Amino acid sequence: MANKRIDEATQTETVGHEWDGIEELNTPLPRWWLWTFYATIIFAIAYCVAYPAWPLVKQGTEGMLGWTSRGQLAKEMSAADQARTSVREALARVPIERLPEDGGLMRQAVAGGAAAFKVNCVQCHGAGAAGSKGFPNLNDDDWLWGGDLRAIETTLVHGIRQPGDDQTRTSLMPSFGEILEPGQIEDLTSYVLTLSGREKPSASAQRGAQLFADNCTVCHGADGKGLREFGAPNLADAIWLYGGTREAVASQIRNPHMGVMPAWNARLDPVTIKMLAAYVHSLGGGEDFVEVAENPAVEVDEQP
Amino acid sequence: MNNPDTTLKTEDRPLSLYEKHEPVFNKRIDGKFRRIKWAIMVACLLVYWITPWIRWDRGPYAPDQAVLVDLAHRRFYMFGIEIWPHEFYFVAGLLIMAGIGLFLVTSAVGRAWCGYACPQTVWTDLFQHVDRFFDGDRNARARLYRAPWGPAKIARRLAKWTVYLLISFATGGAWIFYFADAPTLHQEFWSGTAAPVAYATVFVLTMTTFVLGGFMREQVCVYMCPWPRIQTAMLDEKSLIVTYKDWRGEPRGSLKKAQKNPGQFGDCVDCNQCVAVCPTGIDIREGPQIGCITCALCIDACDRVMKETGRPRGLIDYATLEDSEREKQGQPPTRHLKLIWRPRTILYFCIWSGIGLALLFMLGTRVHTDLTVAKDRNPPYIVLSDGSIRNAYTLRLRNMESRPREMEVAINGLPGAVMWSEDISADQAARSVRRTVAADETQSMRAYVSVPAGTQDKDFTFTLRALDEQGETDTVEAYIDTPGEQ
Repeated sequence: MANKRIDEATQTETVGHEWDGIEELNTPLPRWWLWTFYATIIFAIAYCVAYPAWPLVKQGTEGMLGWTSRGQLAKEMSAADQARTSVREALARVPIERLPEDGGLMRQAVAGGAAAFKVNCVQCHGAGAAGSKGFPNLNDDDWLWGGDLRAIETTLVHGIRQPGDDQTRTSLMPSFGEILEPGQIEDLTSYVLTLSGREKPSASAQRGAQLFADNCTVCHGADGKGLREFGAPNLADAIWLYGGTREAVASQIRNPHMGVMPAWNARLDPVTIKMLAAYVHSLGGGEDFVEVAENPAVEVDEQP
Repeated sequence: MNNPDTTLKTEDRPLSLYEKHEPVFNKRIDGKFRRIKWAIMVACLLVYWITPWIRWDRGPYAPDQAVLVDLAHRRFYMFGIEIWPHEFYFVAGLLIMAGIGLFLVTSAVGRAWCGYACPQTVWTDLFQHVDRFFDGDRNARARLYRAPWGPAKIARRLAKWTVYLLISFATGGAWIFYFADAPTLHQEFWSGTAAPVAYATVFVLTMTTFVLGGFMREQVCVYMCPWPRIQTAMLDEKSLIVTYKDWRGEPRGSLKKAQKNPGQFGDCVDCNQCVAVCPTGIDIREGPQIGCITCALCIDACDRVMKETGRPRGLIDYATLEDSEREKQGQPPTRHLKLIWRPRTILYFCIWSGIGLALLFMLGTRVHTDLTVAKDRNPPYIVLSDGSIRNAYTLRLRNMESRPREMEVAINGLPGAVMWSEDISADQAARSVRRTVAADETQSMRAYVSVPAGTQDKDFTFTLRALDEQGETDTVEAYIDTPGEQ
């Protein structure tokens, strides 16, 4: 390597090699650069020892620190649970009708209820709680069993038409197809549809009025506005659980569908039920709770 | 091409891919540029250490620290300006201004940032003064560096490194005060109750300052920093750089030689003072190079030598390459103003100040009230018992003033529509809803809007109005869904 020399333009030494006239300047890296490189290698080895690193046939190496992503998740989840305990305890203490007094707790309950709703309720009531035919829309101001916090909670706890729960919400609409003549059912349908103004008064409706007074007012009331004690729907409003067409109303008189809902106390804890009630109440149709002293039947579901 | 002399000289050394880093032992120098450097260094350090402790009264609902990056609450305070996360474009704008500002400075005065204001330069300078205090000037430091390790050397090194660490700790420690209330954090820090991230940050920044300022120094500029490389692309023959006027200096010769052979030698007496004082250890006479941060200490050194030898100053001087050429041909140098006032700098300045003015304009005209509307899409509408149609919206009322404010949200242009909210029952529905929004906060509220049966899908607007003397408003377009004609 006799042709090592100082390059004139750069005043730098060449390495002495020459390839077809191409020479290389000798500009060595600083030594600390090399140490940095060694440091990264040492770090990599230490990392491989401390953390899961090498994939093997069945399972990767585990690492001295025993760290796993699942373990970290579990830790974070339990930390989040811990953070929620105070809210859950406060919710367990407060009677549901007094929940709105504490705005912060109410918001927490609504948020928790929204999460629980997505797991337990959307299957029937839909993601937006708008329901569908046969499954009530929970956003509106029409309630079969009452729309205050206490009533919603009771419905959630005991369910609807649940055998084995003596406080379950139960109502029975007779199959008038076996009681009335088809013509009478036509007349009754006409009358029912005039209640909400969907049809104009007619001779048929006038005939139906008498049939309604004889057969229906016990539950639906003289004005057809329903009675919540019996879970009898309001027939004079714009909301129809099974459809508001003539055909749908007639069918419901002839051979009624009656929905069910699980008694959630068998599946969910009281705090979650409270949160669900708060969420459903918050959807826009919630009613204010009015203390009814002379009706002890309402005050039976005091959950711990 | 082959020079037999140099070939012989290089042959006896084995070729190595790496070389040991030789520290720079720069000599003390005094002069015009050194004094400027002192002033800027003191100013930079004072700004860095004092800024977090400046108080600024913002009333009872906002922090009273003048400059505060409040990551926990996502606010950025800078004296009279408060920036919210949604206004991050202000910060982006500032960063763009900083970038273009560097271009501007580079095209006007070269690497002035590198030479005077870059933290790496400021702290390296500070540490080099510590070196000088403990170990003496250039030669003494070099001697001590080469001396074998003994008790005296160890003691000196330990003392020096302790001071390094103290400075580093003060540097790393001051950083965290920009991110929390400085007096509180200071107290928490020493009582051991500050957040772990505070200690970790201080530790990391202390160590980086210790290593980068105490040991890496010019290696950062030469090997790590991308800026010198960007600068090489930005500098041209019109850029102000530290220039050695080789036409005047070459050939170099000592004073004695020059006296013996008058007229044969240039002005450079080859005293190597320019190399000795250089904080990055380069020889400026080799021409512009990455290692030159244009700190101009070599100008100070050379000017002094020129004065002593009775030659005109400015053998090494701030000059453009073009001017250096002009001077060589005996033409007068370009006037200072013209050096700076040229199309490139004007263009950069226009862009820079344009962005600045736009930011100032936006800052001056921004409204401290904001409304956002998110419509519920599932379900799109709800039919109520009386046949009216209800839509639900999530409104966010933003109050950017640091005091609670009464605000009113109203519906515009939807005949027959009324609104209510989660805490207002439907029978109290009206055309507007009033809320008190807490200081410096955003309040989320549900808005239920109902329209009479038979209404068609329609556009309308929500207007938020602050019910104070400012009376700021914000209007947002919204849409109502209905089942349509049935």
